[in-house]
Amino acid sequence: MTHKFDPKENYEKSREEIGYVKRKDATQADYDRIGFMSGLEVHQQILTKKKLFCHCPAGVFNAHDDYDAEIVRHMRPTLSELGEYDGTALMEFRTRKEITYRIKHESCCTYEIDDTPPFPIDREALENALEISLLSKLNIVGEVHITRKQYLDGSIPAGFQRTAILGVEGEIQLKNKKVGLIQLSIEEDSCREISDIGHNRLYKTDRLGMPLIETVTYPDFVNPDEVMEGCDYIRFLNRSTGKVRTGMGAGRQDVNVSCRGGSRVEIKGVAHTKWIPELSHNEAFRQWSILRIREIMNKRVKDAKSWKISHIEMKEGDFGANPNFFGIFEDNHKVVAVRLPHFYQVLSRFTQPGHVFADEISERLKVIACLDQPNMTHSEDLNPILDEEDVQKIFKKLKANKDDAFILFDAPEDDVKTALETIEERCQMVFEGVPEETRKSFVDGSTIFERVLPGADRMYPDTDSAPIPLTSDYIETLRKGLPNDIVDRFKQMQDWGIPEDVYTYIFKKNLYPLLGRLITELSVPANVAGVFLGQKLKYIEGHFQSADVFDYDSLFDLFAFLKKEKIEYELANSMIAEFYSHPKMDFQSVLNSIGFKKIAKEEIIGQISFLNEKYKEIGRIQDEENRKHWVMSQLRKSAIGNIKLTELAAII
Amino acid sequence: MEDLFQGYKGEALALLKKYKVRVWGTAIADTTRGRFEGTVLPRSENDDDQHIVMKIVTGYNIGIDVQTVTKMEETGYKKANYAIPEKQFPITPGLPYVKLFGTGGTIASRLDYRTGAVIPAFSPGELYGAVPELAEICNLDTEKVFAVFSENMGPEQYMSLAKAIGQEIENGIDGIVIGHGTDTLHHTAAALTFMVQDSPIPIVLVGSQRSSDRPSSDAALNLMHAMKAAGSSDIAEVMVCMFGPTSDEYGLLHKGTRVRKMHSSYRSTFRTIGDTPLARINRNEIMPIKTNYKKRRNDRNVKIMPFFEPKVGMLYFWPGMQADALDSFIDSGYKGIIIVGTGLGHVNKSLYPAIERAQEKGIPVFMTLQTLWGYVHMFVYDTGRDLMAKGIIPLGNMLPEVAWVKLGWVLGQTSDYEEVKRMMLDPINDEITEREPYNGYLVYQGGVPEVEDFVKDVHK
Repeated sequence: MTHKFDPKENYEKSREEIGYVKRKDATQADYDRIGFMSGLEVHQQILTKKKLFCHCPAGVFNAHDDYDAEIVRHMRPTLSELGEYDGTALMEFRTRKEITYRIKHESCCTYEIDDTPPFPIDREALENALEISLLSKLNIVGEVHITRKQYLDGSIPAGFQRTAILGVEGEIQLKNKKVGLIQLSIEEDSCREISDIGHNRLYKTDRLGMPLIETVTYPDFVNPDEVMEGCDYIRFLNRSTGKVRTGMGAGRQDVNVSCRGGSRVEIKGVAHTKWIPELSHNEAFRQWSILRIREIMNKRVKDAKSWKISHIEMKEGDFGANPNFFGIFEDNHKVVAVRLPHFYQVLSRFTQPGHVFADEISERLKVIACLDQPNMTHSEDLNPILDEEDVQKIFKKLKANKDDAFILFDAPEDDVKTALETIEERCQMVFEGVPEETRKSFVDGSTIFERVLPGADRMYPDTDSAPIPLTSDYIETLRKGLPNDIVDRFKQMQDWGIPEDVYTYIFKKNLYPLLGRLITELSVPANVAGVFLGQKLKYIEGHFQSADVFDYDSLFDLFAFLKKEKIEYELANSMIAEFYSHPKMDFQSVLNSIGFKKIAKEEIIGQISFLNEKYKEIGRIQDEENRKHWVMSQLRKSAIGNIKLTELAAII
Repeated sequence: MEDLFQGYKGEALALLKKYKVRVWGTAIADTTRGRFEGTVLPRSENDDDQHIVMKIVTGYNIGIDVQTVTKMEETGYKKANYAIPEKQFPITPGLPYVKLFGTGGTIASRLDYRTGAVIPAFSPGELYGAVPELAEICNLDTEKVFAVFSENMGPEQYMSLAKAIGQEIENGIDGIVIGHGTDTLHHTAAALTFMVQDSPIPIVLVGSQRSSDRPSSDAALNLMHAMKAAGSSDIAEVMVCMFGPTSDEYGLLHKGTRVRKMHSSYRSTFRTIGDTPLARINRNEIMPIKTNYKKRRNDRNVKIMPFFEPKVGMLYFWPGMQADALDSFIDSGYKGIIIVGTGLGHVNKSLYPAIERAQEKGIPVFMTLQTLWGYVHMFVYDTGRDLMAKGIIPLGNMLPEVAWVKLGWVLGQTSDYEEVKRMMLDPINDEITEREPYNGYLVYQGGVPEVEDFVKDVHK
């Protein structure tokens, strides 16, 4: 009896078999082939002075080890309003986590740690969120009902997040299509995780309770780039109000992905939109590969319902050579070998680039059974830990058949039972297809298991809060003060003749209102203003440090100054680095430090004939183009700001 | 007949009737703000008649403004069945038998649509469904004696509870737990201390500060601690068992006469005042703090004394108080009065005539303290001596609420002035103590470096 084969070869072969293509090589036909489908949940912090349900300041953050007190909580599942337990809730409870919160007096009061009922909702946050709801063309509710959404992972000390729907059924207009919005909610932000080791999870509470909105789209996106476009649109729309927070962590999105026959899987907390395409691409193919495993397994196993694992405990003497295996045989730990009937050549099948099916099990062992990784090896490890002799020994001890596989894991005694249940549960799922789950993302475009996907069963009315009526008069007043649509702004910039490659930055930083003022109030040529804001400013922000908080509106003052001093607007490009670095410096001083001298236009033009003569003397190649080039280079520095370079070039 | 429109009234009710949409009906509502779809939910009675509540498909609730509705249609019906899964509470030989009395409160609760608040749910099966760990602590039997919120507990309930306890002790139970709302938990604890004397077994009152419908509720842990204390501790006293720190770490057992609710919402709200608690407790062990408590016995010789005179008043003194405040008690036929005085036990001179009137009428008037900590000392200042001369009786370090309970209990047995005075000053279980230990008063001040160090290092 031998199980020998090359797992690496199996990985490669199975990848080809499902028709995996790299994203850069993928076409719409590839996505149509696997039935790519995706929707978004875009989270955006609202800019307010205070948190949503208490009077702590919003946006005051502290480092991991800078805290004043710690408190400990455990979470238990409770019934939903409709009398059911939520699947995720039950799973989280199995993990028996001890959750510790680090709190800082400045940013956390007794509300966040659930020792005081909520205060009335922050009206500033509600109003800002309603404006965004209106911009998203949503049907605004008549009365806001605060709901509790259960989170048993501990990310909120109460065990639930207070959240409320402001509108349903909206839409956004992308370049080529409309995308439907399911709903927009206002909610309190959660804790930030510091660590999660074994049965202990550590959080800090600075971000907890800050106001946040969540825009949820229908799964209308049919390829990864479209998902990113939709996400950018929603983020730009949010930012166009000027009433949202920007910077690290202020905007994050969950990306829902499925393939044909797959399931809704939610990739959580993607911080940058540019990561979306790779992540959603890989997720769709991960599901596609798991569906192929279903096909294989259902062929091998006729009666899936009776499929079971069996296991034996391994002793130190059971291994031939010194087993080179993570901290094996520690006190109170057990090493267990688990037989997976009919899983031969399945554990090493491709799921994502660099990942195999066995990883799906290992990740669940980490989350559900609290076994820190590395927590297992198996009979098809791409980087074998056991030597061939031990592999065969274990197979023999397990009385395994030719088409079986095994897992070998090491766990504290108390966690063995949960670990075995977890392995069996995940393996049984292959007969069904793709499990619904939330997954954590990585920069390389891969994801790992995070939680079972929660359902509507985790909602419960907040008995501590009264409903908030929204009168039609109030809604109409808000509607009057709205900025115009992103899609209209897009068209306007096209009409102004501003090149499209600078739009993203203008939307991202919400510079459109400033752009409009520069063009209409100061008559700055549209393309000068557009390129300055969308390209020059972007470059400066990426390469220089500002000594103070840089206020974009001060750029209006800069252009106004140039206009008043009758200096050409082009000089702004020379001033911006200095001004950005020292925003408190007055404009005249900026001119001095960049060495600008005001010279009359005529004086500059007057030098041309002298320089022409000079070129005749020294020029190596005597032709018209080189002459112009040389003369320009001599005059450029003194000309900028005093005469338009295009005008000067024409004269030369 | 079932109410088809639970909680709806006025215009909202008219609208539902007009379009024949029931509560729990799935419906489509077209409004001037667009279309909404979901299940119509009951509405809280105290909310307005301008909105209809719906649960939309994503599980969230929303309200629809009735003024905006142009059309509504019921497309189905789906009534929620809210029940904590009931499981037979197992009997484990060798574990103690504990009786749980339910009085209401948030120890176990579910949603009440009528008020939008939570109402108690309670049976061994429900409790086992929600907190299966209880089966590892004791064998459990439960009995609902009443279902009232804590603030509605009063003398009637104290007396019937005392009798029920007496009966259970006679039946041979190993320990008693009483589930109770937290607001007046300490009043009931004091009342039971006086009404159930020489109990051979622990009597433990427990509540929760966060209702059990929340994942981070303290209810489950409090219940486990209380069951452990009732079944396995050798402290045969009336005690309150609640969170020690706000963290999920351990509970404290407080003597029923020295405990007080000290924060409106904190989990660790109950504190022993002027002394230390009896013990710390977790799921596995009871760690005594005091050693001189009443020990568990095998006999069943309990004294049940269910007496109470409800006409007892309590007057919280304010500066500038006039005699009429006290006179109104006297004129309304109150049979005894507890004054909660300032500092060492003082009130102003304006009250003197009223105090003299009470004395003439033979109404006993006692002095307790707004400071809560410390003893009444009426010899220190002239005011105190004046008051004593006028017949005011200082109650040492008896807590004001305990004094009120005890006076009601005493007056329920005798109206003889001297006897009332004697009984009030003769402690039954440390409601007046002879000494206040140095660590009996520890209200630490935040911001002070050594306290900040403590708060940082210890999960308080």
